[in-house]
Amino acid sequence: MKIKVRRYHPHFEPPTIDMEYEVPESLTLLEALHHIKQTKDRTLSFSSMCRSGVCGSCAVRVNGKEELACEYRVKEGDYVEPLSVVDTIRDLIVDFNKSLHSLQRSSAYPLKMHAGMSEEEEKLIERQSDCILCHSCYSSCPVYETNQNFLGPFALTRAYRYAVDSREEQKKAHIDAIVMDGIWDCTLCGNCTTVCPQSIDPKSDIMMLQSMASRFGYTNPNMGSFGSFGLEF
Amino acid sequence: MIDVVIIGSGIAGLSAALEAKAKGKSVVVVTKKYPTQSQSSMAQGGINASLDPNDTIQAHIQDTLRSSQELADEKVVEYVCNEAPNAIEWLDSIGTPFSRKENKIALRRLGGAKAPRACYAQDYTGLKILHTLYDNCLKEGVDFLHEKFLLNVIVEDDVAKGVTLLDLRTSQVEQLLAKAVVLATGGFGKVYGSFSTNGFGTYGEGLAAAMRAGARLSDLEFVQFHPTSLAKSAILISEAARGAGAKLIDSKGDRFCDELATRDEIARAIWQKLESGEKVFLDMRELGEEFIERELPQERKLAIIYEGVDPVKEPLPIRPAAHYTMGGIDVDIDGKTSIKALFACGECANAKLHGANRLGGNSLLETVVLGKRTGGTAAVVENEVAQKEYERTKIDSDFIKAVFGLPNRIDFMERQEFLSKLLYNNVGIIREELAMKGVLSVIRQHQRELAFMGIRDKSPLYNTELVQFIEYGNIVELAEAMVVVAIQRNESRGAHYRKDYPEQNDTYKAHSIVWKEDGVLCADFLPIENGS
Repeated sequence: MKIKVRRYHPHFEPPTIDMEYEVPESLTLLEALHHIKQTKDRTLSFSSMCRSGVCGSCAVRVNGKEELACEYRVKEGDYVEPLSVVDTIRDLIVDFNKSLHSLQRSSAYPLKMHAGMSEEEEKLIERQSDCILCHSCYSSCPVYETNQNFLGPFALTRAYRYAVDSREEQKKAHIDAIVMDGIWDCTLCGNCTTVCPQSIDPKSDIMMLQSMASRFGYTNPNMGSFGSFGLEF
Repeated sequence: MIDVVIIGSGIAGLSAALEAKAKGKSVVVVTKKYPTQSQSSMAQGGINASLDPNDTIQAHIQDTLRSSQELADEKVVEYVCNEAPNAIEWLDSIGTPFSRKENKIALRRLGGAKAPRACYAQDYTGLKILHTLYDNCLKEGVDFLHEKFLLNVIVEDDVAKGVTLLDLRTSQVEQLLAKAVVLATGGFGKVYGSFSTNGFGTYGEGLAAAMRAGARLSDLEFVQFHPTSLAKSAILISEAARGAGAKLIDSKGDRFCDELATRDEIARAIWQKLESGEKVFLDMRELGEEFIERELPQERKLAIIYEGVDPVKEPLPIRPAAHYTMGGIDVDIDGKTSIKALFACGECANAKLHGANRLGGNSLLETVVLGKRTGGTAAVVENEVAQKEYERTKIDSDFIKAVFGLPNRIDFMERQEFLSKLLYNNVGIIREELAMKGVLSVIRQHQRELAFMGIRDKSPLYNTELVQFIEYGNIVELAEAMVVVAIQRNESRGAHYRKDYPEQNDTYKAHSIVWKEDGVLCADFLPIENGS
């Protein structure tokens, strides 16, 4: 069967072309990409490591939707593109540097912790800590697309994971770190939740952070502007 | 000047980084991709520590020593097993979301262990430890260099001065100087290609670079084959499944071995079944859907994607696959190699914790405990490093330029695939001299022909074929060393099973050592005295 891959090389003219390749039936997309590279086209560039859905390096878009290449079974006529929103370096390889930096900007790490938690407390962060930083959520995020200062879905999910961790003693500091360019900027469209290969729900995590922020005295600035609008006459 | 440069961002590298940073040193972690895209993320089963009321540290030590078949260093085993509860406490205190039971860290039983001893986080144990360490590195201000591939260690007057790196975005060679170099680059199990559970890139560039720099490597013949990988794809199905009661059965549905024996014994039992034309299955049906979803969600997902089999409903077709390389860069308990200011930890190193066969749950433990210890030792090294362009950097830079001009008359990828099959069938689970000598001559032929190979992709921008070609060079260099010592060890011990010498022989109660002198491979055995 045939699949189409969007190729990109900034030094070529034109930099972007679609190329069609014949691949064997019943492969994962990652197996198909390796097959193409080994037998047809050595210049095809993509990233992969574990081939079992945990290293987070092979996310691409197939027919417009984010997928891990190692967990997607190829179908006739599939159109494969690099992740969107983040910069493409070459073919299916994209630049993670800026989005990874948002983890630091969100203080998405333990601030002051002690050991020991209960079974129920662990369950509160189990799903969030399944994150593999594959960047599918950033690729699908319309807010990040227009404002790259936005902290973005996986950084906020990770901030939430530490903010609700029962071992964490400085919960408010976590909230302080994600109000600016963070939780209030999200439009709650839920794209990130739809595309996450680990079934994580960043939209819900962001809503939970908003409610935590309210408890710490923060108000939603968007709501505020609507309120004052009514008073101007 | 950087105090400590660490190559590799898996659990060993990040543990070393945090420890060196805690000692107030400047630390740079170099990764060939991005920090969490490492093999550590694939570790599923757990990390051992004697925490169960019916378990003792002594039992952990004894289980580890028994499995090692006399090739472990007792001092190292005692240190690591004693430190294990502290390591878990530390990981818990910095945020690792271990699974819990009755408000304590949950424990599961893995093969070769007398008690439930493996702390876990569903079947994402490695992933969750790795990401927690990464988060802590960001907090502590550890610097990361992304997308740089290790070429060589810079050594002057037998002292390490830094490393040479290939920048993937430009294909330029850069030197990175530091007072101490820590290699934490992982094992080389992927030399077995599609007959390995390992991820792409697990080709031992750290071991190869250390060997070229003159460091000693040891016990390379001991390669662990994991009994249960998916038959079609060699994707790992964790030992946790057998620990919970999954059975190994043949096509008739009969059991044929003890599912909780050590990995080498089970792998051989399965291999013999497969050689006789049988098929072998892992039957998890009795565990039930609820248990599998809670404890082994990843396994179920992968089995459905790669094998088209839902383990809740049907037995899974499996085969053994190369999983872990016990041997590595020869180090002492502090991670010191035979070269001053060069250290190694994790799977690329051989601290002699595992000996001839590794127990499940002991490798994550090693990466954390010895990773931290190695980082601590590297932090206090005194080393005058001159700021200049080193000869090594120039040689490597010229080499990379030359690779772009190689004639490419022989396809290295075809060679690599061919070699991986040869290794699996002849230097794998069951070995004998004549066949291995045949493989050795093939490897040497491949080495001679390297100059006739090359790359078709001529772009300097993120050239993944270039990286694969360099990896192939490392493969033929390491495979030669591994096969040489596998031929020389005329006995069977742990993971090294010789059909022509099926018994253990005290003459070989010794570590095999390899090193290079003026580019020539040398090998010897170092007898073990007084059980250490």
